[in-house]
Amino acid sequence: MAMTMTQKILADHAGLEYVVPGQLIKAKVDMVLGNDITSPVAISEFRKTGFKKVFDVNKIAIVPDHFTPNKDIKSAEQVRYIREFVKEMGIVHFFEVGQMGVEHALLPEKGLVVAGDVVIGADSHTCTYGALGAFSTGVGSTDMAAAMATGEAWFKVPEAIKFILKGKPGRWVSGKDIILHIIGMIGVDGALYKSMEFTGDGISHLGMDDRFTIANMAIEAGAKNGIFPVDEKTIEYMKEHSTKPYKIYEADEDAEYSKVYTIDFSEIKPTVAFPHLPENTRTIDQVGDIKIHQVVIGSCTNGRISDLRIAAEVMKGRKVHPDVRCIIIPATQKIWKQAMKEGLFDIFIDAGAAISTPTCGPCLGGHMGILAKGERAVATTNRNFVGRMGHTESEVYLASPAIAAASAIAGRIASPDEL
Amino acid sequence: MKIRGKVIKYGDNIDTDVIIPARYLNTHDPSELAKHCMEDIDRTFHSRVKPGDIIVAGKNFGCGSSREHAPIAIKASGISCVIAETFARIFYRNAINIGLPILECPEAAKAINDGDEVAVDLAAGKIYNLTSGCEYTAAPFPDFMQEIINADGLMGYIKRKAAKATES
Repeated sequence: MAMTMTQKILADHAGLEYVVPGQLIKAKVDMVLGNDITSPVAISEFRKTGFKKVFDVNKIAIVPDHFTPNKDIKSAEQVRYIREFVKEMGIVHFFEVGQMGVEHALLPEKGLVVAGDVVIGADSHTCTYGALGAFSTGVGSTDMAAAMATGEAWFKVPEAIKFILKGKPGRWVSGKDIILHIIGMIGVDGALYKSMEFTGDGISHLGMDDRFTIANMAIEAGAKNGIFPVDEKTIEYMKEHSTKPYKIYEADEDAEYSKVYTIDFSEIKPTVAFPHLPENTRTIDQVGDIKIHQVVIGSCTNGRISDLRIAAEVMKGRKVHPDVRCIIIPATQKIWKQAMKEGLFDIFIDAGAAISTPTCGPCLGGHMGILAKGERAVATTNRNFVGRMGHTESEVYLASPAIAAASAIAGRIASPDEL
Repeated sequence: MKIRGKVIKYGDNIDTDVIIPARYLNTHDPSELAKHCMEDIDRTFHSRVKPGDIIVAGKNFGCGSSREHAPIAIKASGISCVIAETFARIFYRNAINIGLPILECPEAAKAINDGDEVAVDLAAGKIYNLTSGCEYTAAPFPDFMQEIINADGLMGYIKRKAAKATES
């Protein structure tokens, strides 16, 4: 019975020889994740049902990252509620301000997820870890509660869409442009309920950070998960960050896919998603004259060290446009320190940008850069829905760190080549 | 379970950020969340919604964030059922897990109008438009999901299973 990579991981975790699309299974989970917004709901469900302890104190990660450092009293109360639960249960992987990072940058960095794992997280961007060759998917708080209690989750085995990636990306083309291009092509429900399985020689041109960005936005095409094969770069990354044993799964040659797309990197141009859906994409040469008021470089999509390096490369020796506030948010403490050591902060500060402590903050309109009525932002984040970063009449344009940095300098959406 | 109510209709890709904006997620109290349900797309929703009312929407309802606060806010607003052409998958799970009835039925979702009076027979997957007289059938839930719904959500289901395991 031929299976995709996702199907093989799920079959193994369900204790089955093989699975078929549509089959309902119960699978063991290797990691359960929650944040400051979703964990309180999970904890009250867990308590209401009368459970006294969690299934494994080492297989739960709780990362308050959305409204932290706590933006108001209610947020602080929510994190206190989480903290009390974590202490009572003895949960090991709990990261507060000072240790904390944006969850999907933090978990791989801390070595808590590796190839072959099944990971569920009460956060939709949990699909990020597919970059490591893991099956990981976003769920809700009740699923998190149930998994904390039982160590299992129910899944409908997904069909898969295959994306054959080939060619070499051009100058200023990153993982962000590739995934925006794909979402523009298939739409925000183009992979609804399905796996997006990436394959092909082109992957060798993508560093881990680019792969994290691509897998991260699989949810923006409606997918259950996005997954990459494991290669030398993946193994090198895992060796550097983790001591957890990993397992490499490969799709069968004759596995069935509901669709197959071939994506040639050499044909992709820097891409921007216009309001109010990630599928509203235009290539940089088609954007026209869009004046902007804010730039955000950060998030679980693009707050990693290579993202900051590209932004610094573009901003070096230049000044942020006087009409623009530029906010840079390294995704974890480790990335923060690395960026500081490399002198990237000097470049950003000299350019007139602000540097924030790690937080999801403005990405979801929480804090640290909310938009007023009529304001426009270019953000390296993942969603541009109505009101996402503030007022319902504000606008978010999604782009790569290179485009965001160039736009901060130009005061309008621009490519680094235009500076 | 019999459901009957007036329809409030929305379009495609209704995301969880408009169902319940993130600025209100510093609480998880259902009645507080209900006050701001649909606020960013429909400021009249909270004042006009009546217990039993039904939301009918287009494709990909509930896309975006995994926040369970979205189906919680809808349920706490008094909405008895959501009918859509398709649902985003995390919203679909969440709705079942918290016991908010949902039905995927493209024909009904397209044909039913705002303000229509609609009745739903959940177990049979039947949707009756009492205003137009039309009838639709949604794909029935697999038994496993039906059991979760009957147990008023996933945690109730797990509890029942645990109780059964102890008995035997």
